[in-house]
Amino acid sequence: MGQPLASVAQPAPAVGRLVSNTTRERAGTALSLGFVTVFLSVIVALPIAALVWSSRNDGWSGFWTAVSAPEAVAALKLTLAVAALVALTNALAGTLIAWVLVRDEFRGKSLVNGIIDLPFALPTIVAGLLVLALYGPHSPVGVHAAFTRYAIYLVLLFVTLPFVVRTVQPVLYELDTQMEEAARSLGARELTIFTRIVFPSILPGILSGVAMAFARAIGEIGAIVILSGNLPYKTEVASVYVFNLSQSGNGTAAAAVAVVLLAISFAVLLAVGGIRRLATRYERA
Amino acid sequence: MLKKYAVRFAALGYLLVVLLGPLSMLFWRVYVEGAGKAWTALTDPDTIHAFKVTLELVAIAVPLNTLFGIVVALAIVRRRFLGKGLLNAFVDLPLALSPVVVGLSLYLLYGRTGWFGPWFSGHGIQVLFALPSMVLATIFVSVPFVAREVVPTLREIGDEQEQAAHTLGASGWQTFWRITLPSIRWAVIYGVIVTTARCLGEYGAVAIVSGSIQGKTETATLRVQEEYENLNLAGSYGISLVLAAIAIIVLILMTTLRPKEGVS
Amino acid sequence: MSIQVRHVSKRFGNFQALEDVSIDVDGGSLTALLGPSGSGKSTLLRIIAGLEQPDAGEILLAGEDATDSPPQKRGVGFVFQHYAAFKHMTVRDNIAFGLKIRKRPAAETKARVEQLIELVQLQGFGHRYPAQLSGGQRQRMALARALAPEPKVLLLDEPFGALDARVRAELRLWLRRLHEETQTTTVFVTHDQEEAMEVADTIVVMNKGRVEQVAGPRELYDSPANAFVMSFVGQANRFGNAWVRPHDLEIVLEPNGSTREAQVERIVHLGFEVRAELIRDDGEGFSVQLTRDQAETLELERGQIVYARPVKETVFEPGSA
Repeated sequence: MGQPLASVAQPAPAVGRLVSNTTRERAGTALSLGFVTVFLSVIVALPIAALVWSSRNDGWSGFWTAVSAPEAVAALKLTLAVAALVALTNALAGTLIAWVLVRDEFRGKSLVNGIIDLPFALPTIVAGLLVLALYGPHSPVGVHAAFTRYAIYLVLLFVTLPFVVRTVQPVLYELDTQMEEAARSLGARELTIFTRIVFPSILPGILSGVAMAFARAIGEIGAIVILSGNLPYKTEVASVYVFNLSQSGNGTAAAAVAVVLLAISFAVLLAVGGIRRLATRYERA
Repeated sequence: MLKKYAVRFAALGYLLVVLLGPLSMLFWRVYVEGAGKAWTALTDPDTIHAFKVTLELVAIAVPLNTLFGIVVALAIVRRRFLGKGLLNAFVDLPLALSPVVVGLSLYLLYGRTGWFGPWFSGHGIQVLFALPSMVLATIFVSVPFVAREVVPTLREIGDEQEQAAHTLGASGWQTFWRITLPSIRWAVIYGVIVTTARCLGEYGAVAIVSGSIQGKTETATLRVQEEYENLNLAGSYGISLVLAAIAIIVLILMTTLRPKEGVS
Repeated sequence: MSIQVRHVSKRFGNFQALEDVSIDVDGGSLTALLGPSGSGKSTLLRIIAGLEQPDAGEILLAGEDATDSPPQKRGVGFVFQHYAAFKHMTVRDNIAFGLKIRKRPAAETKARVEQLIELVQLQGFGHRYPAQLSGGQRQRMALARALAPEPKVLLLDEPFGALDARVRAELRLWLRRLHEETQTTTVFVTHDQEEAMEVADTIVVMNKGRVEQVAGPRELYDSPANAFVMSFVGQANRFGNAWVRPHDLEIVLEPNGSTREAQVERIVHLGFEVRAELIRDDGEGFSVQLTRDQAETLELERGQIVYARPVKETVFEPGSA
């Protein structure tokens, strides 16, 4: 550092000591928070605010009319039902896949692990097109499910595949296998070990993955828009309904239904936060 | 013992049906439609322009979100302030939000009757049905990714290295460049890759704000749908093939640069 | 319940963890598996428990071949170095686990759990979660949990390794007393020879996957089978071919026929004892243990030249270790 010994007599310079950087630290915090706030406001907060505001353009009655319109209700019901089914399927399949990826060994496992992220990497419109090719009119496997609700279910399974797998994997990986060995030495059968020891520990991981898969399934549009035919009351999901309303110039009604979707998204985020807190409650003394 | 094989079989079987089934369709359909026709569609000027638009959006959105992601991650992990929970919620919101809601909210904000609409049109700046709104939409949907990768890495590393740098005389800026940034390098790179993939694949939000004007405000993904609507299946599959090829490259990068090991 | 290990071998990849190991553990005894890291002691313990399978050899429990028996059926209690506590269960539920899965009546389980909580002195902590306990408390809970289903054998894998010195000393004593009370066959693994000497009746010294010697503490110290055992259990100095304990060296101020010249390099006062570190005329270092009085009589100080003579030395056959 090259500090001459003579300077020892003087108070040490402020450069190494965080304490006297408080003013500079506070300025730094203010600067970064300022940037972050402006960025998020412009990009996220203001548009959302405008949306919520616009939904009330026709007053509460207009809001309610838009949200309770039969077509809207049908779309929302379909969306929620399919999303719930998708979330449930993922809970089972995702946990199974995560288990195999963490606990099992076989040739090509790392390839399989890599493929899981494909739905994250692939544009959703392409996913929709491919599922259409597989299960549509020219289906090579003789399944003709396109333009039906099953098609929506199938393509959403594709799109939401990584969610539960990726939230359960790290939890399983971190799990102390000695807990299972202890249970074994105490006489527990393998199934008991899974239900009493492993499952409670991975449940938070499963739940947060399920919540994110659910939110994604509710909001998905790209994968569905070609594939489902968008038949009102039959295969029209909420996101497509909102899209159509906006294109036909009825921004207020569209905003009202969109606010419902927004509320669901917020609820999911709250749930995920709650799950995280629940998961770590055993760690906090 | 048998149970182990049954479990493995079930998991791999599911993946085969749900994941690989659709994927295998791609090459087959291009083959069926005719590679020649696909190529013609790909070299159509409007398609080329669509790819250009997509690249432009990526080129603007990714760097901005990278900068934002690093700054917000540092703020959340290293600084103390009120409202961290709220900040986290806003950063994470795009993950749970439908792209249609995103697009609609921008449409309403910058539309003729929106809060900002009149100001921009009064100054001769077109936001909707033009690149600016598409940029805003793309940034909105891809906000969380860099931040979400950097935050856990920063937490895990801790600030001891930075403290050491301070005691050795480094200024805040030097510490950031020489210590902090290198330590989060791989998390940032991974975040950039995921953000890029998200921007490339964006459909719903951009569809609403852009009006999908052929040759002007169409992106590659919008063009896939346009070609399909126009019964030009070869075009659809052709563009999809290019997008899928990019996706596979992205996937390979993601797999090799994945920060944490979830596989034993 | 007695344990017999017959010609057990185990390898992990290229690493031979155990090679043709055979030992006999008497029912009701307290045995230590002692050795440095990599000696195979933990592997052997886990094979006895059924948590690992040997590549060759058998394990007999109470005379019956248990080699192919899963851990659930062996009636062994196992205690892990890092507790392996069921994090999402309370102390009570942890301890009760072995009984609950055997579908014991609730009243009986409750009574036994309370009895054990008292035994391990965790009264008042029954409703807490492991994260809220100290390391020593967690290990006591783990012991209670292992004991609850009345195992015929208690196995402990470096049970006190993760704890600080004072807690370790307390729990050693406590384990000894517990054994005296329950008379359960107990085998524990340790790398700490002092711990083995203090707690166990019989010590199995292991090195590089083989058994070096099986004996009681005194015999191990006084009659080590080979150089490894001699240097691992207690301190030992090398004088050419012979090994000498630090307290078996006499220090005098005048040379006589059988003494070697040495210079005092360092004097360490360990309370009642004094350890002097010296360097011989051939440059080799060695240590001598004296009482305080002896050191004072000699007026030992740094740099002093003195003369050392082994009072008792041990020579091993070449090839014994």
